Amino acid sequence: MDRVIEKVKKEEKMVIERSKMSVENLSAWFGDKQALFNINIELFENKVTAIIGPSGCGKSTFIRNLNRLHETISGAKVSGKVYLDGRDIFDHNCCDVVTLRRRVGMVFQKPTPFPTMTIYENVAAGIKLYGKKPKGKLDQIVEQILKQAALWDEVKDVLYKPGPSLSGGQQQRLCIARALAIEPEVILLDEPCSALDPISTAKIEELIHKLKQNYTIIIVTHNMQQAARVADYTAFFLLGEMIEFEVTSKIFTAPQDKRTEDYVTGRFG
Amino acid sequence: MENNWTQEVRKRKLIEKIFLGTVLSGTLIAIVPLVLVLGYVFIKGFSALDFNFFTQLPAPVGEPGGGMGNAIVGTFIIVGLSCLVGLPIGIFGGIWLALYGQGKRGFFIRYAADVLSSIPSIVIGIFAYVLLVATLKHFSALAGGFALGVIMIPTVTRTTEELVKMVPRTLYEAGLALGIPEWKVILKIVFRTAWAGIFTGIMLSVARIMGETAPLLFTAFNSMYWNFRIDEPMASMTVQIYNYAISPFADWNAKAWAGSLTLVMIVLGITIVVRKFSRRVSYG
Repeated sequence: MDRVIEKVKKEEKMVIERSKMSVENLSAWFGDKQALFNINIELFENKVTAIIGPSGCGKSTFIRNLNRLHETISGAKVSGKVYLDGRDIFDHNCCDVVTLRRRVGMVFQKPTPFPTMTIYENVAAGIKLYGKKPKGKLDQIVEQILKQAALWDEVKDVLYKPGPSLSGGQQQRLCIARALAIEPEVILLDEPCSALDPISTAKIEELIHKLKQNYTIIIVTHNMQQAARVADYTAFFLLGEMIEFEVTSKIFTAPQDKRTEDYVTGRFG
Repeated sequence: MENNWTQEVRKRKLIEKIFLGTVLSGTLIAIVPLVLVLGYVFIKGFSALDFNFFTQLPAPVGEPGGGMGNAIVGTFIIVGLSCLVGLPIGIFGGIWLALYGQGKRGFFIRYAADVLSSIPSIVIGIFAYVLLVATLKHFSALAGGFALGVIMIPTVTRTTEELVKMVPRTLYEAGLALGIPEWKVILKIVFRTAWAGIFTGIMLSVARIMGETAPLLFTAFNSMYWNFRIDEPMASMTVQIYNYAISPFADWNAKAWAGSLTLVMIVLGITIVVRKFSRRVSYG
């Protein structure tokens, strides 16, 4: 608990960064099959960290451990430690899973608006179903959140239509809005643009840029250009191991590991 | 060559016509009994129907007039009671099977539900008789409702299970990821998404038990009076139809037809409304 959370970035300029989440020796299994091997990584506050790597390398499994969603699959196991502001999220004495998930929000690969709810209800879902009375009026919160997610102008006249009536890109921004509504500190994005067209992708990337002032963002992506565009840090995963973790520009211009170089130059994967 | 070709086409067209004819006649033969039953019930029943039939008590033999008002109300009360028994068990059981029923226990419960659904309804009536009539020493609407509720359980369970399973796991995970407690995710998101389909299943099962006679014969028994007390014998349409139909009096036989028509119309009405309702529903 008294862990030093100030970390010094290994860069020329010696910039001080605050570590928001830190992962130590994280391993994860699906039944007998090990999907992650001893991952160690620091996720810095108000930065975007991209996780890249070929399909099946454990990227999604990794971030699904950061909000403990991995454990909900039957037969799944996990070992190691994940600290959020210096507290171990797996420690049952200090942290319960519901509170954790309110601090670490998540957006999935495929847009998942709740089909029985209107756009308005989708945004309010996290607030209403948590059971605590929201601070201030719900209408105002919903409006403000939708503005934050750059969706307000497109949906303000159809707030009471079903969530799935929106286009794919709008649905994904609705899901981001829904995640923002619970006021998380960290946002996990699991390939948020892989099902979207380039224009919707650009809108979401723009949104990520805006959001990082207030949130710590971790994004899993297939798309290396996207990682290069949005991320401050990039981690390269391969076969369940983290091969390299560096400032994004370095990963793409001067990778230390041969395998990283092969991947980012398109020689495999 | 040319001749061969046209012959081939002619042969194919003939085969097509034969098949189409077979399928069509099969469909017609299947519809004929339905039309005959409905038509016959309608013709026989309609003449004996009047406003009094729905509002008045059965008249004694030989006295003209009278109705089945108490039996119509009784059927609804008994079906309501059976919903109280069958729906909670069926719905919660179905949710459990869908979400946690992968293991041995799930297999066993699923198997038990399938066996239960194949037990003849009269046997379930005997079960209710032994449990609630023999012990309490008198027939009651409660025993009838219980018997019909037990009949509902397996259908409601399996319908709920199938429909909850159809809700994509991503919605469940999306709910959890918002920091919503699991039980609320299950009830307010997963179950709510499946609800329209489950409701259809429930209404169809209600329509089915409405037509049950055997389990009511020695549970709810019958009554010639208005009765709203569930701890006493209560009239139901099916039992009343049965009694009227086997009686030697022409007037009562006519009343049985009128009762059949009423029951068929109610069940048909439920089915049609449910069809309309379920067509509006779609999964996201």
